[in-house]
Amino acid sequence: MRAAALRWPLPFETSMACAACLASAQAAQADSFLDAAGPVAAAQVSHLRLILILMAIVVVPVFAATPWLVRRYRYGRARGDYRPEWKFSLLFEVLAWGVPFLVVIVLGTILWERTHQLDPYLPVAEAKAPPVVIDVIGYDWKWLFIYPEQGVASVGEMAFPADRPVKLNLTSDTVMQSLLIPRLGSQIYAMKGMRTQLNLAADGPGRFEGRNTQYNGKGFSAQSFTAVAMRPGDFESWVAQARAQGLPFDEKARAALEHKGTKLDLRHALGMPDGTVVHFAAAPTALFDKIAGMKETGE
Amino acid sequence: MTDWGFPFGRLTLDAIPLSDIVTAHGRTELLSGITGSAAAGAAVLGALVALVIVTWKGWWKPLWSDWLTSVDHKKIGIMYIVFSFVMLARALAEAFVMRMQQVVGHDGGGIVMPEHFAQLFSTHGTIMIFFMAMPFLTGMINYVMPLQIGARDVAFPVLNSVSLMLTVAGGIILMVSLVLEPFSTGGWSGYPPYTEAAFNPGAGPDYWIWAVTLSSLGTTFTGINFAVTIYKKRCPGMTLMRMPLFTWTALCTSILMIFAMPPLTIATALLALDRYLDFHLFTNGGGGNMMNYANLFWLFGHPEVYILILPAFGVWSEVFSTFSGKTLYGYTALVIATMAIAVLSFTVWVHHFFTMGQSANLNAAFGIATMLIGVPTGVKIYDWMLTMYRGRVRISVPMLYALAFLFLFTIGGLSGILLANPTIDYQTHNTLFLVAHFHNMLIPGLLFGMIAGYTMWFPKAFGFRLDEKWGYRAAWCWIFGFMGAFFPLYALGLMGMPRRMADYFTGAWLPWTVVALAGAGLIVLAFTFLLVQLRVSVRDRARLAVPVGDPWDGRSLEWGLPAPPPEWNFPALPRVEGRDAFATLKMTGEDLGPPDDGYEDIRMPKNAVLGPVIGALGTGLAFALTWYLWWLALPLAALVPVVLIAQGFRRDTEKVIPAHEVRETWRAFRALAARTPRVSRRAEYTRDNRGHAIPMPQEAAE
Ligand code: HEM
Ligand SMILES: [Cu+2]
Repeated sequence: MRAAALRWPLPFETSMACAACLASAQAAQADSFLDAAGPVAAAQVSHLRLILILMAIVVVPVFAATPWLVRRYRYGRARGDYRPEWKFSLLFEVLAWGVPFLVVIVLGTILWERTHQLDPYLPVAEAKAPPVVIDVIGYDWKWLFIYPEQGVASVGEMAFPADRPVKLNLTSDTVMQSLLIPRLGSQIYAMKGMRTQLNLAADGPGRFEGRNTQYNGKGFSAQSFTAVAMRPGDFESWVAQARAQGLPFDEKARAALEHKGTKLDLRHALGMPDGTVVHFAAAPTALFDKIAGMKETGE
Repeated sequence: MTDWGFPFGRLTLDAIPLSDIVTAHGRTELLSGITGSAAAGAAVLGALVALVIVTWKGWWKPLWSDWLTSVDHKKIGIMYIVFSFVMLARALAEAFVMRMQQVVGHDGGGIVMPEHFAQLFSTHGTIMIFFMAMPFLTGMINYVMPLQIGARDVAFPVLNSVSLMLTVAGGIILMVSLVLEPFSTGGWSGYPPYTEAAFNPGAGPDYWIWAVTLSSLGTTFTGINFAVTIYKKRCPGMTLMRMPLFTWTALCTSILMIFAMPPLTIATALLALDRYLDFHLFTNGGGGNMMNYANLFWLFGHPEVYILILPAFGVWSEVFSTFSGKTLYGYTALVIATMAIAVLSFTVWVHHFFTMGQSANLNAAFGIATMLIGVPTGVKIYDWMLTMYRGRVRISVPMLYALAFLFLFTIGGLSGILLANPTIDYQTHNTLFLVAHFHNMLIPGLLFGMIAGYTMWFPKAFGFRLDEKWGYRAAWCWIFGFMGAFFPLYALGLMGMPRRMADYFTGAWLPWTVVALAGAGLIVLAFTFLLVQLRVSVRDRARLAVPVGDPWDGRSLEWGLPAPPPEWNFPALPRVEGRDAFATLKMTGEDLGPPDDGYEDIRMPKNAVLGPVIGALGTGLAFALTWYLWWLALPLAALVPVVLIAQGFRRDTEKVIPAHEVRETWRAFRALAARTPRVSRRAEYTRDNRGHAIPMPQEAAE
């Protein structure tokens, strides 16, 4: 019989593949949250681990018992008994319902707790300093970061002092988008006429890739930015430089932002050389409020 | 409206993919144009070849009167499955191109432009869900369920044909969109405001809206039809708790169809109002709110994934029990679990947008509800394992898929539990981790289930088995192809790679996309092997013939019928005394018997043209609306009620199968069975297996 030639590579293969996936994801150079650089991402990794461990209780039996069952009850060379009418066992029934149920109770309790702890709307619990507020507007296909307190704005770069958390207010001047900086933490949607919030923090200075994850047209893949956690002094000079050398936030700037294009196109439209970051020497906070509050104004 | 859009509406020469080649600047645009034109060319060529063959062979008449207008549930089932194979071929080809693009699109460029890539994931997703998976399972239920409950047909045979043709109409619209571009770039979920006229004024989202609307209407009718059939058409003695598990899952899926499809129809209809009549339901301004769309869509979307998976669970139940030579373990628990899943599936939709900014309380509640579904699902897995316990497990082709399913589905469930946690979802949402998860459920769960069911019931439908050698080859390629194509996506997702991304500049992602491409290649090979298998089996049908109809030592009623069964299925409605009706009969040395008090005339529904007519009207209407051909849309729309009313006046709707024909057919079958030696399971995959089985317990006792 042809089937007799089959062996059982599956459990081995699959578990190996999974292990390999997880392990090398960690080692890879991509910006992965497994390589956490802030308290939110770190909490997410530990939650992930915890779930994987607890889930082993229900997963391992499947991986272990299935090969055993097939070997023992294989037609033609079975060693176990044959009971074609056997169809119920109270013990197995209680285990099959009870164990997963208990696991879900435990996982559910943890879920409840962690979901509240990591609520993106709440300030980062570990943070000691007050947050830097940044108003973020999503355009097709770039993000505008507005610093109301500092009176500056930028595109393609989200700078903040590493010793303070950030509080992002998000909205979109176009279709729905989603902002994610994997190594720092969660993502949240940005929608026109609405303001959503996201609180993040970094463990220390560093540069982290951030992007839109919600498909929004042909420039989607270019809609990334760098989140830069700076030494406090560096942030001061970043602000000072933006104030001194930044572009004015005028009609031209606004039109260029609204025009469908990537941050590269924006640079060209504003006459900036390649490889530079667009800074504005003003914080158009009214603009944010207007876009985020369209509902209320009925516009 | 003064502009009637005569004759071409907003259709221009740009709609033809060749125009992309003409206007191309640069390599990627050129390659993209060539890819699109090749696809369109293949579609046109395929259609032409089919037309020529049908004409050449003089098949038009049989095609029309034996198939297209047939209301026989078995033929409708077969047509559904043929249709889903055609659509699977296209969607797979698109998947392969996307995988290719993500390899060569590293550092920008590649073989398809970003908009073209977006059309690919939109058509791939839309086809796979609405025009591959749904028709496949609908076809399977259509074929098998009436046989399992001892019925002659479904409750509403003509409606059944209408459902099929509405689904096919949607599929035709998708095929047309290959030739007259563009299709939507809004993904299978079509989220506004991106799909609103302000951002996508072209024909794309309209194609999507009408294709999905047609399919959702067809599916709603199907749900009603199946549910009524199961409630009303069971043979004497077939109580609910004696129904085979596949029929139970069919019932739960039908109920889900009835309640879950309308929100989708409404969501697409409201979006159409926005796009065509300037409503402001989901727009950015004017008081619109896209969050309402997200809620409506996933109010459909989550039950939908259980519509997809439950019938596969039904197939797995039949496979595990049949190929373990044993009754199903925990029947009642499996029924309860199926119903629990069906009910819970309406309580979890928010997990598709944990990241929309709602409160932690809400997210946590929906997260826990989602995890709860894992409990009945886990019970099912364990019960299938316990079905093998104390059995005699034959690793037939369906069983190979089933065992792979146990492992792979468990991994998919694990990633599902991860995603149910809002905290984890905040990271993995919209990444390839999610794409890996749902393919992990849909391929080993649904698609393997459908292929296993196809392998198992094919001999019943056509009278010969599918060649096993090619069956094993295809199965191994599917299994390893799946692992190769989708395990890397888990890694890529954890590494932050978003879904729907045509090009990227992160070097660390590249190796994983290469592995995923290789896996996709294996899957294409697997699909090719399935086609080869079909070809080889048709060629060798004499060697593979199982006319007595019970090649696998089956347990439910359908296995007691000849293969293929006569149009009227049962010579007399069977009387059932317990579960595993046919297995019990076999053990007592009996078979499905002739009627106790003589043969009677059987009334069967006559063919109906309503299905094809509605299908044609639907196709035309969808096309006319998409391209603003108002002069065409208006009369077609007006014709729909006319046709429906005309159907109401049809009086001559039944034909009579005379008692003597029923008697002759059944006697010939019994005589054949008497001549054909019974075989043991050892000979299952040999030419000695003519479909007359020694029940496994008897074999074991010898
Ligand atoms: C068999 C081999 C398959 C391959 C290689 C494959 C590959 C892919 C790829 C590359 C994507 C795009 C991922 C991205 O967004 O970056 C995708 C999306 C998708 N696939 Fe598949 N797929 C396969 C089978 C299926 C099946 C069987 C189904 C459903 C029954 C399915 C449903 C979907 C859906 C719904 C999407 C999402 C489309 C969207 O983004 O709107 N796929 N698939
Ligand atoms: Cu869901």
